[in-house]
Amino acid sequence: MKTGIVRFPGSCDDIDALAAAARVGEPVLLWHADTDLQGVDAVIVPGGFSYGDYLRAGAIARFAPVMTEVEEFARGGGLVLGICNGFQVLCEANLLPGALLPNTSLKFIFRQVELEVVRGDGPFTGACASGERLSIPVKHTTGRYYAPSEELDRLEAAGQVLLRYAPGHNPNGSLRDIAGVCNERGNVFGLMPHPEHAVDPLGGSTDGMRIFESMRAHVEQHVLA
Amino acid sequence: MSSSTSSLEERHRQLGLTDGEYARILERLGRAPGDVELAMLSLMWSEHCGYKHSRRLLRRLPKEGAHVLMGPGENAGAVDVGGGLAVAFKVESHNHPSAVEPFQGAATGVGGILRDVFAVGARPIAVLDSLRFGEPSASERSRYLLERAVAGIGHYGNSIGVPTVGGEIYFEGSYEQNCLVNAMCVGLAPHDRLIRSAAAGPGNVVILLGALTGRDGIGGASVLASAELGEGDEAKRPSVQIGDPFTEKKLLECCLELLDCELLVSLQDLGAAGLTSAASEMASKGGVGLTVDLCQISLREPGMEPFEIMVSESQERMLCVATPERVGEVLGVCERWEVPATTIGCVTEGDSFQVLHRGVVVADLPVSVLVDDCPLYDLEPSPPSDGLYEAPARVLDGSESPAETLLALLRSANIASRRPVFEQYDPIVQSRTVRRPDEADAAVLVLPDGSAIAVAIDGNGRRVACDPRRGAAEAVYECAANLACVGAEPLGLTNCLNFGNPEKPHVAWQLVEAVEGLSQACEALGVPVVGGNVSLYNEAPSGPIFPTPVVGIVGKLPDAGRAGRLGFAREGDAIGLLGPFEPSLVGSELSKLRGHAPVGELPVADAARIRILHQGIRARVRSGSFRSAHDIAEGGVATALAECCIAGDIGATARLPRGLDPFGEAPGRGFIVSGPAEALAGFVMIGSVGGDRLVIDGLLDLAVSDLHDARESGLSEWV
Repeated sequence: MKTGIVRFPGSCDDIDALAAAARVGEPVLLWHADTDLQGVDAVIVPGGFSYGDYLRAGAIARFAPVMTEVEEFARGGGLVLGICNGFQVLCEANLLPGALLPNTSLKFIFRQVELEVVRGDGPFTGACASGERLSIPVKHTTGRYYAPSEELDRLEAAGQVLLRYAPGHNPNGSLRDIAGVCNERGNVFGLMPHPEHAVDPLGGSTDGMRIFESMRAHVEQHVLA
Repeated sequence: MSSSTSSLEERHRQLGLTDGEYARILERLGRAPGDVELAMLSLMWSEHCGYKHSRRLLRRLPKEGAHVLMGPGENAGAVDVGGGLAVAFKVESHNHPSAVEPFQGAATGVGGILRDVFAVGARPIAVLDSLRFGEPSASERSRYLLERAVAGIGHYGNSIGVPTVGGEIYFEGSYEQNCLVNAMCVGLAPHDRLIRSAAAGPGNVVILLGALTGRDGIGGASVLASAELGEGDEAKRPSVQIGDPFTEKKLLECCLELLDCELLVSLQDLGAAGLTSAASEMASKGGVGLTVDLCQISLREPGMEPFEIMVSESQERMLCVATPERVGEVLGVCERWEVPATTIGCVTEGDSFQVLHRGVVVADLPVSVLVDDCPLYDLEPSPPSDGLYEAPARVLDGSESPAETLLALLRSANIASRRPVFEQYDPIVQSRTVRRPDEADAAVLVLPDGSAIAVAIDGNGRRVACDPRRGAAEAVYECAANLACVGAEPLGLTNCLNFGNPEKPHVAWQLVEAVEGLSQACEALGVPVVGGNVSLYNEAPSGPIFPTPVVGIVGKLPDAGRAGRLGFAREGDAIGLLGPFEPSLVGSELSKLRGHAPVGELPVADAARIRILHQGIRARVRSGSFRSAHDIAEGGVATALAECCIAGDIGATARLPRGLDPFGEAPGRGFIVSGPAEALAGFVMIGSVGGDRLVIDGLLDLAVSDLHDARESGLSEWV
């Protein structure tokens, strides 16, 4: 699997995503001002503070030249994973439903949290079992998932909620403990926790690998087959 | 160079120069300085830039060591960590700006120390902070400073993608007016990317890159950092710089790419005293002159006066020198990173720092006068009479049971869990962090070859107030002890000396004694000082702060996978108490809670034995025969045992040696370790791991969950 990691000015976890993607294939950096996705099988929009995020988080990055190509890629069914700031960018770009609001504490929060896999199938969580728990860190100021309640009902009914914070682990006031959602088609996924920071036994948990392994399995089965 | 001589004579005092210093300027120049020149001289000769009360004293610190690649004098010191890699690091204060405007003061403190580290070609990989505030329970102002300084540190470090991996915080009444915000940065570089700041090669081009130059921070070094705080400090807010981590992130990546492409002759960050200091330091180190044309500098606002441009402390700026044929490539890299860059001058033969504005020479000063001729003052030390510091409010009266005492200690602001603070920092970005806060006594970061560096920062002002020489030495012992607990050998040390007004004999005495203590401890442990910073005049009308030398040590361990942890790990493990540990209550946290002022004789330390002790612990952590290791610090052995239980979420049963005060302190000299009984053979074994209670024979019996709750409650209501 060849994975493209978008680098905006202000991306911070791009190198971390690159290292995680290297564990499941070949990663390449995609410069924000370029318009060539270099034939990648999947795209990761990483964490950080794109363009400083002095406006609303992700609001400027969605207009980067590379994002036009990412949107095109997503519309064609390509796998796009947004982590933290990447999740915010994908919501701003309307590739994902809902929005991320400031944490209820209004403070940056770093914490190792427990997640529950809602759906153990599909391109991003196919390697997990439904109901399985994953230990993955969060670190953000703007991570409270929000959508109108009828929209939330619809997302849940359509199986678009893939990850929830386990009981007692919701760090930011996300509605219905939602930690990660996908689009209707299931090929674009955003989450606030950082799976790329849970891939190395030296750092503690390796549960984040499940997300990247799911993507590799999907790409090998459906794209490269 | 106009202005009449009479008005200048008054201006030199407004700019912080004494009459004697001004006379020295007249004598050195053989003429009266112009406006711009006087502004430049006043900054370069300020305490902050000129170190005029500390430079002689600092010569005492040992600076030689087998691993040292760059010592004091560069933007940051650097040590060899093997594998062709160097680690550069430095700690610096941003105390006065933080006392005036804590969010931006702390944020730009982080920004400044990051620039110091990437100015030598190292990628910043870790930040640690050492913070001091007044009592949060008694002071609204201290709670405000704490909350905003922590937010400012997080804002800058999190946004720029450098992990904040550790630090320390203490609360004492003496910091009520003068909070301390010291930030330490650690960077990583291949040896051949390390670069010095000396300008070289007449004809080479000087390029200013980064943020535009504005009116912010004018007089930051001279107005804020070189005088006591007092009434009306709000009016000094314009002297505090404003930080922009996004601009610095681009600047950082841009500078490292310039160095990777070998496009630069030298590089220097702009910090205190802005362009004046950066340019004259570069010229001085290279033994060359410089010409700078102010009209080439991109300004944030129109109509800035030449002196304002020269002394502006606008953040996120760097100065570099490149050969003429490389300038195009340099500007190209800057453009790609969207970093504004302009050529502003050139390197010249001789010793002249010339500043042009609209074709007119507005300053022409010998570099040597700016950098080397600042007067150095001898201190006039004299020990203080007792009673320099007020006794703290009494929280315990001594009638409490040991169990109540332990819970009170765990709840106290100085010992309680730092979680409410460190949860506001990202400790894992860049994917090197092997030990996070609360997992071990030092942060551990893995290197590409699987080895690791460890880093910790320590200082205890109350103990230094009791005895500056022994107290300062203890800071070194404790920091080295923290490294030993993860299995790391110290390679180099950086320090920040936070003191009151050195012109007062009792503060001068604290300073002289503390530097002697630091020096002796560094010599005894074989740890060289590779850089540091001095922050004086931390004094309010009510008196000086506790003398607060803060030390940061970087060490190395061969295998990141074997890095030690502090928490008890396994049911049935034996618990060892290692020392020569002969603690006392003098200067302890318990004596503070009992309302005692910081006076008395600290326990004697045998440095040679401490060195052997640390070596032994290091070796056994590395071999894996110890499953946990934790140094006994504030709150004594009972507190240390509680911390090991809480971190491991498991109980313990122990019997303390006869006569050992369970709450006495002797930093850096006592350790709680655990492991299989056979691995602890030959050591003093005091108990075993297991159950869900901490039982100290004849003393106390408490549920680990109660210990945990007490420790968690201490700071959470303030942060």
